Amino acid sequence: MSMHHSFDFEKPVLELENKIHELLELSKDGTDLKSEIARLGKKADRLREEIFSNLTRWQILQVARHINRPFTTDYIRLIFTDFVELHGDRNFGDDHAIVAGLARLDGEPVMVIGHQKGRDTKEKVFRNFGMPNPEGYRKALRLMEMAERFKLPIITFVDTPGAFPGIGAEERGQAEAIARNLREMSTLTVPIIVTVTGEGGSGGALAIAVGDRILMLEYSVYSVISPEGCAAILWSDGTKGELAAEALKLAAKDLKALNVIDEIVKEPLGGAHRDHGAMAGSLHEALSRNLRELKKIPTDQLVAARYLKLGTMARFKE
Amino acid sequence: MSWFKKEKAPLLRKEGKRVHVPEGLWTKCPSCQGVIYSKEIEINLNVCPKCDHHFRVTAKRRLEIILDEGSGVEFDADMQPVDFLDFRDSKSYQERIDAAIAKGNTKEAVISCAGTIDGVPVQVAAFEFSFMGGSMGSVVGEKITRLVERAIKSGTPVVIFSASGGARMQESILSLMQMAKTSAALAKLRKQCLPYISVLTDPTTGGVTASFAMLGDVNMAEPKALIGFAGPRVIEQTIRQKLPEGFQRAEYLLEHGMIDIIVPRKELKQTIARVLKMLSH
Repeated sequence: MSMHHSFDFEKPVLELENKIHELLELSKDGTDLKSEIARLGKKADRLREEIFSNLTRWQILQVARHINRPFTTDYIRLIFTDFVELHGDRNFGDDHAIVAGLARLDGEPVMVIGHQKGRDTKEKVFRNFGMPNPEGYRKALRLMEMAERFKLPIITFVDTPGAFPGIGAEERGQAEAIARNLREMSTLTVPIIVTVTGEGGSGGALAIAVGDRILMLEYSVYSVISPEGCAAILWSDGTKGELAAEALKLAAKDLKALNVIDEIVKEPLGGAHRDHGAMAGSLHEALSRNLRELKKIPTDQLVAARYLKLGTMARFKE
Repeated sequence: MSWFKKEKAPLLRKEGKRVHVPEGLWTKCPSCQGVIYSKEIEINLNVCPKCDHHFRVTAKRRLEIILDEGSGVEFDADMQPVDFLDFRDSKSYQERIDAAIAKGNTKEAVISCAGTIDGVPVQVAAFEFSFMGGSMGSVVGEKITRLVERAIKSGTPVVIFSASGGARMQESILSLMQMAKTSAALAKLRKQCLPYISVLTDPTTGGVTASFAMLGDVNMAEPKALIGFAGPRVIEQTIRQKLPEGFQRAEYLLEHGMIDIIVPRKELKQTIARVLKMLSH
């Protein structure tokens, strides 16, 4: 078990796991330590389960941002077949922070679109840290409209710190690109399933997240602003992110309680980064099941229901 | 030797002789630094008569300037926000709401009205920037959505004057959802071929720009209005560069093709009416 990229709050588990590792080394000379190792193994699992069922929102955010967390291209590889990546917005360029293309889910063709982060420095820069420019959203919209024409369901994966705040992004209409996607996605006549897989960062996330079913992975987050950004504004101190994360109530269970999302997809013990295969397996099951249900709904009812559901999203008194 | 004799100015003004000047009688223009009689600015539609600086106006004043006299009927006036997340930073959300209402301008960050502009019936909304930075939470999103739905029902155009810092953080994810909700309502309006004029005023940023404010059939802006997605400070911190001159001002957006036209406040009413009359001929 690598010590790299582990969380502070996992320390007690890691200590146990180190002990197990030592015992394994010791047992190489023939000493029978199997029962002890098994006992400690179980204890470690129990401890990890306990820790992970009591994570604070700030800790959940760390899991959501874990460098080994599966990204869109991982899910595409593990869940879909026949993927053909399609590039470009036909106006300005191709945005590497959004990956999109045709693929098959359980043999049926679909359009897959998702934010893409990078793991090593070079890829992080290539993917712009998962922060799209307007052309990324315009590529997404171009392909969603193509999906509508060819009657393909749309599957999106959301994992971005936010839309890129840069000079070029402003000049090319970041706000307009996001706004247009929101408007157009609300009326697309094909089923749309959205999964927040990591960070759902504000408008930059929402721009590919209007749909008929909104899923969130257990340790993913979704909020109107990053906790650090929120802290900088409301606490005048960007280091108060932990307080802001709690106040923003950005965890999957919070959003489920508000009926903003439909389903929480359980993660493998210790987080998706520990077992990509298992994570992709449960997400695959959830996507297939939801798509089967959505396909039974006539198109006009589907679009009407999408609108009505958005209409319920408000709390006020009058 | 000078040909006139300068009287020695008194070093100290004599006590008691000072004329009392009521607060707000004079206004200093932040653009030309001129000190101008406040009444004069107001008569000039809250625009500096010396340098044309457009002062920010309250939602009420905005509607007064735009709507035909006596034509406005307010909707959803009593809709109020609730602190459903129990949100607290240095103050609780409820305290911030109370403080904003206590300013006495509005009960929320937008006023929604039906009325006429130069005889053209419209559904019109105006943002109140003094109410929590014109931020959009549930109430603002709901009022805008209902306004658009009213427009569809009555077959009238929509005009929205934005002035907003974006989504309201204190309502977290539900604020974000207002962006999708309002944009979805506009999709319906569009299908009905009813015109929507978005007027972006100083300042309009964040979630409001990235939803209904950028979706006008015609996007208008007032001169020099700050309009953008990310705030200038956020961008500066991200790219660690100084921003170009005039960045995110209305003129800059016009140059980059993001808005249709910049209209001085004095011409706003007639320009809106002219466009609406041609679009709904």
